[in-house]
Order: sequence, then structure tokens, then C-alpha cells
Amino acid sequence: MQRFLFFIDGISTWVGKAFAWCIVALTAVVTYDVIMRKLGNPTVWAFDMAWMLYGALFLMAGAYTLSRNGHVRGDVLYGFFPPRLQASLDLILYLAFFVPGILALAYAGIGYAETSWAQKEASYNSADIIIYPVKVLIPIAGMLVFLQGIAEMIRCVLCLRTGQWPARAHDVEEVNVEELKQMIGIKDNAVAGAKS
Amino acid sequence: MSKGIWIGIVSLALVVIGVFAVFLSADQIASGHYGLLMLALIVAAIMLGFPTAFTLMGLGMIFGFIAYQMSNPGEPWRNNQIFSLIVQRTYGVMNNDVLISVPLFIFMGYIIERANLIDKLFRSVQLAMKNTPAALAVATIVTCAIFATATGIVGATVTLMGLLALPAMLRAGYDVKLSAGAITAGGCLGILIPPSVMLILYGATAGVSVPKLYAGAFFPGLMLTVLYIIYVMVRAMINPKIAPKLNAAELNTPWAEILVNLAKSFLPLALLIGFVLGSIIAAWATATEAAAIGAAGGIVLALAYRQLTWERFKEAVFLTARASAMVCWLLVGSGVFSAAFALLGGQELIENWVKAMDLTPMQFMLLSQVIIFLLGWPLEWTEIIVIFMPIFLPLISHFHIDPLFFGIMVALNLQTAFLSPPVAMAAFYLKGVAPPHVTLNQIFAGMMPFMLIQIFAMFLLYMWPDIALWLPAQQYK
Repeated sequence: MQRFLFFIDGISTWVGKAFAWCIVALTAVVTYDVIMRKLGNPTVWAFDMAWMLYGALFLMAGAYTLSRNGHVRGDVLYGFFPPRLQASLDLILYLAFFVPGILALAYAGIGYAETSWAQKEASYNSADIIIYPVKVLIPIAGMLVFLQGIAEMIRCVLCLRTGQWPARAHDVEEVNVEELKQMIGIKDNAVAGAKS
Repeated sequence: MSKGIWIGIVSLALVVIGVFAVFLSADQIASGHYGLLMLALIVAAIMLGFPTAFTLMGLGMIFGFIAYQMSNPGEPWRNNQIFSLIVQRTYGVMNNDVLISVPLFIFMGYIIERANLIDKLFRSVQLAMKNTPAALAVATIVTCAIFATATGIVGATVTLMGLLALPAMLRAGYDVKLSAGAITAGGCLGILIPPSVMLILYGATAGVSVPKLYAGAFFPGLMLTVLYIIYVMVRAMINPKIAPKLNAAELNTPWAEILVNLAKSFLPLALLIGFVLGSIIAAWATATEAAAIGAAGGIVLALAYRQLTWERFKEAVFLTARASAMVCWLLVGSGVFSAAFALLGGQELIENWVKAMDLTPMQFMLLSQVIIFLLGWPLEWTEIIVIFMPIFLPLISHFHIDPLFFGIMVALNLQTAFLSPPVAMAAFYLKGVAPPHVTLNQIFAGMMPFMLIQIFAMFLLYMWPDIALWLPAQQYK
């Protein structure tokens, strides 16, 4: 079971990390556009490129974020609950809110993407950039998040059985004290040495 | 389970029961009441700790579905309007040209955070401040203000300063509470001082221009920083024992050396932020353009300091993806939620209630700020901005309050939430890296004066709104 969970995590992570690189492209596109504009030679495609990169970035990272428990949640009470209570509340709320919401997004997204695809929809401005591929990402992102949600629900069930949350894959953390210590630690000692 | 949890659960149940009571006592159940039920359920579900983005989407979907089905009986469920609303709101978040700057600013923040500039920054600022009272505490606040402004990441700023500045201050014989207060209060400044992501979200939700918000938040942010500095200096002058002078070696550092250090560590970062912020406020560039330049500049800066390894760069990219997904999925959720809320007429009901209360604009302002302050305890600022701002905003125009001014007040107000015990995140970040003898209570006690300063700053801003509104008025002359 643990292997199955890591498999789903792996899919979400792979897709999320692949699309994460959109941020580098986004930085480059907008910077290039600003420079060209100052040189009096503005691009026509940068604006559409920018929002599509941004849209793809956050949409496709949704499942990856869920797999790392990274979506914002109020932990005023939750943080103090024992694991079994956390798991049962999560499971109920996954079924009550997550399933209908995300399924509706995926379902509605399919029709939306189909219409756009059939028209070979492009942006309305002079650049005439195709935008239907980005709209296709909506149902795909919905399905990926749903898949990850199934993995999360299985985690809840496992936790209900054992009383402990199953392990998650290790990943980079925003505040990792050990890493931060390492980052500044060496220099801190050097500073202390210089002082004495 | 401890008593506290039961108190929490019981009070939560009371809220839901209370709403049901209102529900039943209403002469006739209008669909607006379902809107209120939805609002109560959302608060309850958030308190229970379920990821907010999905709670919002699910509730919006369910209630929107019912609302449409009730008003259009006999319609097949596939034609339900809520489906098209869900995708449209999702696409609306993707296609929003203000929000593009959110991942860019987050990326800039992570790059600068991973570039490991903070210790050099702290060292040089500390020596430059050597002759001021409470030199280390002032240096802490200044470093925090600059670093937090550049990164906007509270957790990392407080943790790093807890590792760097706290031992330095304790070694120098500083008062524990003063040291802890300076770090936690300073670390939270990034939420308010532009370029902050909070103001972008407010701008996108309220339809206020982000350059105007940035211009408006600039002086209040500066004012708060200066008030913090004045406070620690006055404390040190009254009682020099709580903040001893630097040691002789540090005091005798020649100014030439200090200036070279400042030029190396302080100047490049200050120039980068100054350029990013300046170009937005001067309306040379949009927030998105400035954010991209800032991220590119951050990469150049990190490379110049020889701190940017491939590993750290990858980490910054992945962290950016997760933080952006967190914020933007929340916006998708709140978009679906507010669509359903409007469909049910909940907004109208609340507006009528508030209008019936016959408040003066002053009373309304106080009431709304108190509500936001209280919401800041159980909720994160992201949730408050995306769920509750859309409800407040129509009322603001009813009372003829400038949404720009309201936004700055909210941003200042939500700062206090970061410092109000027992939920203040900043305290827990600091506790995580502090020496064992520093207790959580000492940290809380240290934060209290700074929280009072924030409330004082809100008072000043309310009395003299020009502190916020002067700069935006100069922008497009």
C-alpha cells in the first residue's frame, strides 16, 4: 500500500516539478519583454506567454502541493488533535467537500477544453497565440488533484487503523532548521573566531 | 485530549448552532440564509483543519448546485450553471494579469533567501549602528526589514535571525524579551512592506491597483519600522542594562571598513529592492515587470556572491511552485465560493443587516478592523483576504471608505495577528531555534510591546490617513 501511495505521490511530484520550471521561463519572458520595450521594440507574444506560463505553473503544481501537505489549512485546533481524530475529520471532509468540488472541476473542465480545442481558440489580440492547450490543462489538473486526493484518503484510512500518519516522501522545506544552520553555520563560527 | 481542544470544539459547535438558530427564527427562509449557513460552515471546516482551497471549492459547488437547481426545477443536472462557473473562475485566476506577479515575487524571495546574504547583512548593519543605543536590537530590526522586504517569507526570516541575532544578543547580555520581540516583530515586516504578496492579493480581490497599494503601504511600513527602532532605543536609554554596548573591538572598527562592508552586503540588496519598488511606485513598470526584473536581479546577485548552487536554485524553483499553487488554488476555491455566495444572495443579506445597523463610517471602520483582528487568530491572512474581503468590499463603498486606505489598514492589522499569542507563528519559529532556556512565554511577553506599537500605528494611520494616501496621490501627476 505504501508503494502505491508513493507511486501516486511520484506522479504528482514529477508533473509538479516539471511545470515548476515555468517560473524560470516566466522570469525570462517578462524580463526579455521589458528590455525589448525599453529598446523600442516590444514583443507581441510576451503578454500571452506570461499568463499561460503562470497559469500552467500553479494549476499543475496543485497535486504536487497536496502530496506535500502544502495547501494552507487552519491548524489552530487541528494541530492539537491526536492523529486518529485528524484522520477521521480529514476523511469525512475529503468525501464531503473535496470529492464533489474537484470532480465538478474535472467534469466541467472537459467540456470547456473540448469547446476550446474544437475552435482552435487563440488570443484575441494581434499576436494570435493559441490558448486552447492551456485550457486543456484545467481538466488534467483536476484529475491529477483528484488522484492525489485518493492517495490522501487512503492515508487517512491507514492512519485510522494504525493510529499513526504514514510517511511522506522527503522534499525541500521552506523552513528546514538543519539546512539553514548549515547554510550560515560555518560562517557564524568564522565570525565568532574573528571576534575572540 | 486537553481541555483547550474541547473548549475549541464546543465554541465551534456553538457558532454552527447559533447560525441554525438565526436560520430557524427567520420569518421566511430566503436563499440568502443558505448563504449565511455556507459562511458558517466554511469557518467551521477551516477550524477543523481541512485544506481551505478544497473546502471553498466543495462548499461552493454543493451550495451553488442546490441554489441553481432550486430556482430552475426540472432542468437536467448537467446544465447546472455551477459547472461553468467553476471552470470560468479557475480560468479567471489563470488569466489574471495582476496575479502573474505572485509567483515572480515568491521566486525572487526564495532566490534571495537561498542566496545566504543575511549574515553578512546583519554583521555590517550591526557595526554601522555601533554608536546607537541598543545597537544589536536596532540592527536586528533593520536587517529584518530589508531581508523580509526582499523575501517576504516570515518563517525563514525569523528562523535565520533566531540563529544569527538571538545568540549574538544573548551573548552581549541583552534582555531575552527585548531580543525575542525585536526578531519576531522585525521578521513580520515583510508582510506589510512592499513588495508584499498580501497587497497583490488584496489588489486582485478589491480591484485596487497594485502600484497604488505599494505606494500606500510604503510610508506606513517605514513608520512601523521607525517606531520599533525608537522603542528599543528608548528602552535601552531608560535601562542600559537590558542592552549593553558592543565590545571595544567592535566599537573601534574603523568607519572605512564599515563602509566597505556596507557597500558589499547592504548596498546591492538595497539597490535591488529600491529598484523593484521604485519602478513600481514611480509607475515605470507594472508589478509583474518589476517582479520579473527582481527575480532576474536576485539570480544575478546570488551568482555574484557565489552562493547560488544548482541544488539551491532547484529548491527555490520547487518551493516557488508549491507556494504559488497554494495561493492560487486558494483563489480558485474562493472564486467558486463567492460565485455561489452571490448566487444565493448571501451578500445582499449581509449588506442589508449592516446597513440596518445604521453605523457611522467611523464605527464601521472600527467594527470591521476588530472583526479582521479576531479572524486573524484562527485564520491565515491568505484566507482572510480571499474569503472575507469580497464580503467587506461592497460595504466599504457604501460607507464611502477608500478601498486603498482600507487595504493598508487591513495589511497593518493582519501584522498584529502574527504577533498575537497564542497563535503567533513567529513565536514558534523563534522557539524552534532558540536556546532551551528561552521560554515561549518570554517570547510572547517580548512581542506584546511590539503588538501595542502596531495598534498605535493603526491609530496614527487612522488619524492621519495622508501617511498612506500622500504617495499614491503623487503617482500619476
